[in-house]
Amino acid sequence: MTLKDAKVGEIVRIDSVEESELKPRLLTMGLIPGTRVEILRSAPFGDPIAIRLRAYNLALRKDDAEKIQVSQVG
Amino acid sequence: MDDLTVALTGNPNTGKSTIFNELTGARQKIGNWPGVTVDKKTGLIDYKGRKISVVDLPGTYSINARSQEEKVVSDFFKDNKPDIVVDIVDASNMARNLFLTVQLLEQNIPLVINLNMMDEAKRHGITIDAAKLEKAFGMPVTNTVGRSNASVRTLLDVFTSTRMENYNPSEILQKHIDKIHAIKNSGQSAEKIEEEMISARYDFIDKVMSEAVTVHAANQTLSDKLDNYLANGITSLVIMVAMMWGLFQITFNWIGQPVADLLGEFFEETLAPSVAESLAAADVADWMQSLISDGIIVGVGSVLSFVPLIFTLFFFLSFLDGTGYMARVAFLMDPIMRRAGLTGKGIMPLIMGFGCGVPAIMGARALDTHKDRMISILVTPFLTCNAKLPILALFAAMFFPDNAANIVFGMYFLGIAVAIIMAKILGSTTFKGQQSTFLLELPPYRLPDMKTVLLETWDKGKGYLVKAGTIIFAMSVLIWFLSNFNSSGMVEDESESYLKSIGSGISVLFAPQGFDTWESGAAVVTGVLAKEAVVSTMGILYGEDEISAEAEDAEETSATMMETAMGSAFTPLSALAFMIFTQLYSPCVTALGTIKKETQSWKWMGFAFLYTCSVAWVLSLIVYQGGKLLGFE
Repeated sequence: MTLKDAKVGEIVRIDSVEESELKPRLLTMGLIPGTRVEILRSAPFGDPIAIRLRAYNLALRKDDAEKIQVSQVG
Repeated sequence: MDDLTVALTGNPNTGKSTIFNELTGARQKIGNWPGVTVDKKTGLIDYKGRKISVVDLPGTYSINARSQEEKVVSDFFKDNKPDIVVDIVDASNMARNLFLTVQLLEQNIPLVINLNMMDEAKRHGITIDAAKLEKAFGMPVTNTVGRSNASVRTLLDVFTSTRMENYNPSEILQKHIDKIHAIKNSGQSAEKIEEEMISARYDFIDKVMSEAVTVHAANQTLSDKLDNYLANGITSLVIMVAMMWGLFQITFNWIGQPVADLLGEFFEETLAPSVAESLAAADVADWMQSLISDGIIVGVGSVLSFVPLIFTLFFFLSFLDGTGYMARVAFLMDPIMRRAGLTGKGIMPLIMGFGCGVPAIMGARALDTHKDRMISILVTPFLTCNAKLPILALFAAMFFPDNAANIVFGMYFLGIAVAIIMAKILGSTTFKGQQSTFLLELPPYRLPDMKTVLLETWDKGKGYLVKAGTIIFAMSVLIWFLSNFNSSGMVEDESESYLKSIGSGISVLFAPQGFDTWESGAAVVTGVLAKEAVVSTMGILYGEDEISAEAEDAEETSATMMETAMGSAFTPLSALAFMIFTQLYSPCVTALGTIKKETQSWKWMGFAFLYTCSVAWVLSLIVYQGGKLLGFE
């Protein structure tokens, strides 16, 4: 599954990040394979989503979340 | 003793600016880094007989030279060797903050690692063993509490007593650096190398953190609780609209505009007449008297009357930005803004455009990418600013007495629609391929440091005064010259001046739109100086000097004006075409000056002028000719 499919409240682990122009920025911000990510909420219109990783909160668009492969951990 | 240079670096949202302001106070100089629109802040401190000069580098998450800010930081370290580099790390968010730290250490830049926001980290159940951290990096580690003057002052002792030559990378840091070098020279593809380097950095950070940092089970923080309302569901939208409405009211109705009006009154009713009197008493040449009273004082007055608006607006924007709320606004608005080819962060500057385009254009610098900044700057002028409202109100009341409110509302809507369409067009043509992204940290809510808010407000206000002021000053003198002279010298009446010749010349352009009188031509020209001038020029040229430029007085004014030649100069249809043209055409000189300053380019300023005029011309033509075909008059 991808980060886009994860539901609010779920905790997932990043497996891989698809190649894109944004990839280096995503990695720099700490979205590297193995990182635990909690899905905090989505904006009232459903997009973007807010996630928590490495003790901070980050907002990203669903289009970009779709490029991040994750698996469920809790 | 020697002078000392200190550079401050760190991630955004770490309280770096607060520390810088606390250290240097008002003794700071703000310039631009060469070639980019990123502020360069330096400050000078005298401490224990030493002159310490501090450079505040822009906040960045890394130094990969991908954004303007990152490029500034990486270039700075290439060209400069400051005595001390302080890396400000948010102690409540160490893992990601240390990424930049590690990257800098890899470049052989010795660092003082300063843990800021120690109080917040404690509240979040984070305990940091500074001694272990110091050992892990081999670099000095200090700490400060956000917004505590005393704790920031201790940094000065660190600056004067620390000699970075005495510090060397620890063994495990050296091992990490060797590993990075090995990855760099591994001959893999550039992407693969970067990916592995990033992973290696986080591996190293995780190792350091596991030794020096303990996190106790954290409760839901206050920030998260607030976000349940401020960034969640319908309530968040209601609160956001209320906040924006409040900001707008404060700026344009409660504080900014009333003060601006007082200033304007002072210039017109007190300063101008008294200066005129003393000039007359001193027997100064007539043209000189007119230049000073009608040109310079009026021109400078118009610049200054924007100042209260700008200061009020930027005070509250800086404050909101300091609380972290603006990031939530961007979060909420992104889906809507994206449809117009912009990002969520762009909403705030655009909303300001309904008040005044000048702060709106200045506000665009907060956006992430060049593309977002440029599009935002270029579409702002289409929105209905406060100064355009009197034009709409007067014309609607005069020529559409039964539908005035609908017509004015329609003009607002037209401005928004054209802005969205142009944003789309610019985004898919001129700025095609430059990706607009939305990856935004939602920092914890914090009470902003007032010193920082005030200094930021002052910087922006001062920047406006200096840069825009010079251009407006020159333009006011020019317009004064045009309306008071012709080839034979000074004239009594505007109807003999260059302005009349220019007005008639320009009016030819508007023959297809049905408003080709020299008076409307002249009003269009003076409207470029300030949109308020369209109505006052009409007033003067149609012989009603005392016409009010206030939108509220439109009804009364319209009755007076209908009796003048203006009533017969326009048909409802040509009046509509004129409204559309003035709604959309060139930004005023103040806004043009701001565009020049923000884009650092005469070319983009020229483009903003020409393309808005073209859009206005074409749309007013379509409405007039289309209306005629449909049988309207």
